[in-house]
Amino acid sequence: MQQPASDVSTHLSSDASNDSLPPPVHFEVDPSAYKHWKVSFDGPIARVAMDVDPDGGIRDGYELKLNSYDLGVDIELADVVRRMRFEHPEVRVVVLTSANDRAFCAGANINMLSQSTHAWKVNFCKFTNETRCEIEDATEASHQVWVAACNGTTAGGGYELALACKEIYLQDDGNSAVSLPEVPLLGVLPGTGGLTRLVDKRMVRRDRADVFSTTAEGIRGKKAVDWNLVDGVFPRSKFDEKVLERVQKVVAEASDDLPAGERKGVELPPLAPEVTDSTRTYKYVSLSLDPVTRVAELTIEGPSADDVALLKKGAEAVHAAGADVWTLRAYRELDDALLHLRVNEQQVGLVLLRAKGDAQTLLDHDAALIAARDHWFVREIVLHMARVLRRLDNTSRSFFALGDAGTAWAGNFLELAMAADRFYLLDDSDNPVKVGLSELNEGGLPMLHGLTRLQTHFIGYPQQLDELIGSRELIDPEDADEAGLVTVLLDEIDWDDDVRIAIEERASLSPDALTGMEQNLRFAGPETPDSKIYARLSAWQNWIFIRPNATGPEGALTLYGRPERPQFDWKRV
Amino acid sequence: MIATTSVDLNAKIPNNVGLADDPKLQRALEKWLPNYLEWWHDMGPTDFEDKPVFLRTAISVERGGWANYAHVRMPDYRWGIFLEPNKTDPTIKCGDDAGAPAWQDVPGEHRNALRRIIVTQADTEPASVEQQRLLGHMAPSLYDLRNLFQVNVEEGRHLWAMVYLLHKYFGRDGRDEADELLLRRSGDEDKPRILGAFNQPCDHWLSFFAFTMFTDRDGKYQLAALAESGFDPLARTTRFMLTEEAHHLFVGETGLGRIIQRSAELQKIDSNGDVRAQGGIDFDLIQRTINYWYTYSLDLFGGEISSNASTFFASGLKGRFREDNYEDHKAIEGMYRMPVVESGKLTEQDVPMRNAMNEVLRDSYVKDCERALGKWNKLLEEAGSPTRLTLPSRRFHRHQGIYAGQFFTPGGELISEDQYRASEDKWLLVPEDNDYLVSLMKPVYEPGKFANWIAAPRKGIDGQPIDFEYVRMD
Ligand SMILES: [Fe+2]
Ligand SMILES: [Fe+2]
Repeated sequence: MQQPASDVSTHLSSDASNDSLPPPVHFEVDPSAYKHWKVSFDGPIARVAMDVDPDGGIRDGYELKLNSYDLGVDIELADVVRRMRFEHPEVRVVVLTSANDRAFCAGANINMLSQSTHAWKVNFCKFTNETRCEIEDATEASHQVWVAACNGTTAGGGYELALACKEIYLQDDGNSAVSLPEVPLLGVLPGTGGLTRLVDKRMVRRDRADVFSTTAEGIRGKKAVDWNLVDGVFPRSKFDEKVLERVQKVVAEASDDLPAGERKGVELPPLAPEVTDSTRTYKYVSLSLDPVTRVAELTIEGPSADDVALLKKGAEAVHAAGADVWTLRAYRELDDALLHLRVNEQQVGLVLLRAKGDAQTLLDHDAALIAARDHWFVREIVLHMARVLRRLDNTSRSFFALGDAGTAWAGNFLELAMAADRFYLLDDSDNPVKVGLSELNEGGLPMLHGLTRLQTHFIGYPQQLDELIGSRELIDPEDADEAGLVTVLLDEIDWDDDVRIAIEERASLSPDALTGMEQNLRFAGPETPDSKIYARLSAWQNWIFIRPNATGPEGALTLYGRPERPQFDWKRV
Repeated sequence: MIATTSVDLNAKIPNNVGLADDPKLQRALEKWLPNYLEWWHDMGPTDFEDKPVFLRTAISVERGGWANYAHVRMPDYRWGIFLEPNKTDPTIKCGDDAGAPAWQDVPGEHRNALRRIIVTQADTEPASVEQQRLLGHMAPSLYDLRNLFQVNVEEGRHLWAMVYLLHKYFGRDGRDEADELLLRRSGDEDKPRILGAFNQPCDHWLSFFAFTMFTDRDGKYQLAALAESGFDPLARTTRFMLTEEAHHLFVGETGLGRIIQRSAELQKIDSNGDVRAQGGIDFDLIQRTINYWYTYSLDLFGGEISSNASTFFASGLKGRFREDNYEDHKAIEGMYRMPVVESGKLTEQDVPMRNAMNEVLRDSYVKDCERALGKWNKLLEEAGSPTRLTLPSRRFHRHQGIYAGQFFTPGGELISEDQYRASEDKWLLVPEDNDYLVSLMKPVYEPGKFANWIAAPRKGIDGQPIDFEYVRMD
């Protein structure tokens, strides 16, 4: 059986040079090349219809029947969601539906799952979750409300996709049901937040959620409405009409208090990085990796004085500059680099983050950006930054921010240091490295669990946080250390050795233990539904995926669709 | 006294580690040196700072460079930093990577383990100086007084050797650890030294000789195991330390030998064979001293079954005594059979070889101690004494490892706690022993004269006569 992803892939090249390795996954797609989605527009209403090409899997060895999906399908969906926000600011409601006449969506493809490596499954689930969260983010923050029009079977990941929408309408045809059949059929969990959203978002009673989640065929019709699994059911013949009726009301609701700015979309051109075996070079971001040490260097270049001057001209000028604005471009590049690292460079265990630039320019940049934030486009830029930083928080690699000569850790770049697992800062009067806060550090870029990175960092030290908040002064490394921002402050004599040893030490520790440890440590403080989804995913689903009851030779996922019945080890763990 | 410039520092500290061209090391040592001297003043030998002592100083690694004799006041002693030169390209001597080139830098993967090994070794060096600080006031001769101070300054240098590694290779953490080494105190309730034996009081010269005989000998085997380390600077440092350590062992072994010889003489003189009646140290007391210090020193090797020992060996951080003499340097296969207590009985258990590495090193040590015992018993035989001394079982009186918390006779027989308590004072040093020894030991500072309870050595130091003024007292 062919494996969709190889655990030994270490190459950075864009094309598979070796037949035994699958080609790397590309996360950038062009709408004209979508294989699985049909997107159409009618004024403030967009229609996104899932129409999965059964033969269009991103890997060989399975057929994407009944609108079931794999990573490739979801990469396109993520692109749809993002472009909708930037390229179609006129859209108020996105109707998510199906162009397949038998199914809305049958969820993640089971054959794909059962033949995938563990790492592939984990990365797949994480990415699809991020896309679901992005749908909710668009609904809440961008006046772009997603509504699910479930015109057929809505099973597993299909229902989870619907759950990410603000409202769910199900076709009442005596057949179409919503369901989460993962537990009874596959012996795994709904992997994209389904259980959490049932009880935390839709507030379905937990006993009913229990019944629902163990009933393979699901629930349809009036009962689905009674249990709040959906917001309404409409007969098949009147389904489109009734949904449209409702959608028009939602359009009206979503049009209140719109941010300023002309509703002219901003096109997102391809990033087109220059790629070699060991490097990936974008305009502002560069990634290089060493397969021997398993360490990657991820460097981001800050804005220039010209970039800041543009922002200072005001929102209209920023809007006119479009995707070339430093903030959007640099963070899109960072996002792509992170995704590439996650899926295509599994051997890399440690990422050394360097934020280069001038600290005062960064603070000026952030101030100008905030000043223009009434405009929908600038707002989207900030929301996008926040999502990319959350992607970083959620990336299961060790991150060390290295504040050596030439780096600057002010404003949005300070977020990178606070997102990292450790922050090493150079204390050298010949090469001063500055640290400072902008308004963005104080609320614009929240983590998944709702706190800022500074709040999380100083969770036990509110006094230290108070002393920092509100100041827009740049501070020297020693003061930054004094303020509690720095993990290890090193002078120029110690820097090379101490950093080298720390890197080697990190690279020698168990990758699994580190992943678990980092996820435990990064999110101090309260939980939100979003943070729960990822925490449950890593703690439970990932564990269940490697248990013999799911993926052993007689496990339920392995044997799904085969004549044999799964054989469980009945011991509760 | 306080070095202020790198030039001063380099002149003050004999070294072959390129101190003159190493600003990082200079800076670290500049801060540490005044604290060290303060520690020496507070915790080193009391009341002898102004007395010139005939000391050897290591000034280079060339032949003979490590032994330059002259009268020196101890605070002016030049504590140097030396790495034994490598004769061939150094390799990792043991474990999974045996045969690969040795590490010239600390591999990050092993950083914490190496730091722990080095700190633990380093902590013993100042500890013994602290334990011995009052002994000068009851020295049995100027010759012995000089030997005590020689051991003291060299333990000080061993501390330097370890601090060098911490400063040079472990960055900020290393400097912090080096500072801590000067803050712990032997026997202190709140900040004790790391290992048990180094917190035991060493109140008189019988304990001093037993300490240098048994406890310094543990040091020898630990250093020998570290001399096989894949971390080359550690291996080279410890190899140089071993040359000095040999003298400490000599002081201990011959010191006890001279007491035994003198006691045999007094035993013969006395009509009842009563050594104590003749103002000497009786053999029961000597035996109790051996029992006490030998067993505390056995503890220093660590647990009989140890995953740390296995990890250290497997990662090439610490080898066996003379690793070259072994054929298999990986030791993945093979078992070590050792006696263990199981449901109240002694039985034997097979332990994977790597997990038994502490015991393997302890074996080498026990053999060495048995050799010394044999020598002393031969001496007794030649002196016509009916007495013989023994080494207790390695299960007796243990505070570490699988025998700790169990009760054994010195012969190694498992007994109840009540039985043990009933005989404890016959087997181990008791407070009255100390009282007697302290009352016995009056200082003798006249050149060539020796206290009544110890025989004169066969020859002096560095070809000097026995009545040489080894310490100038006026
Ligand atoms: Fe020593
Ligand atoms: Fe010694």
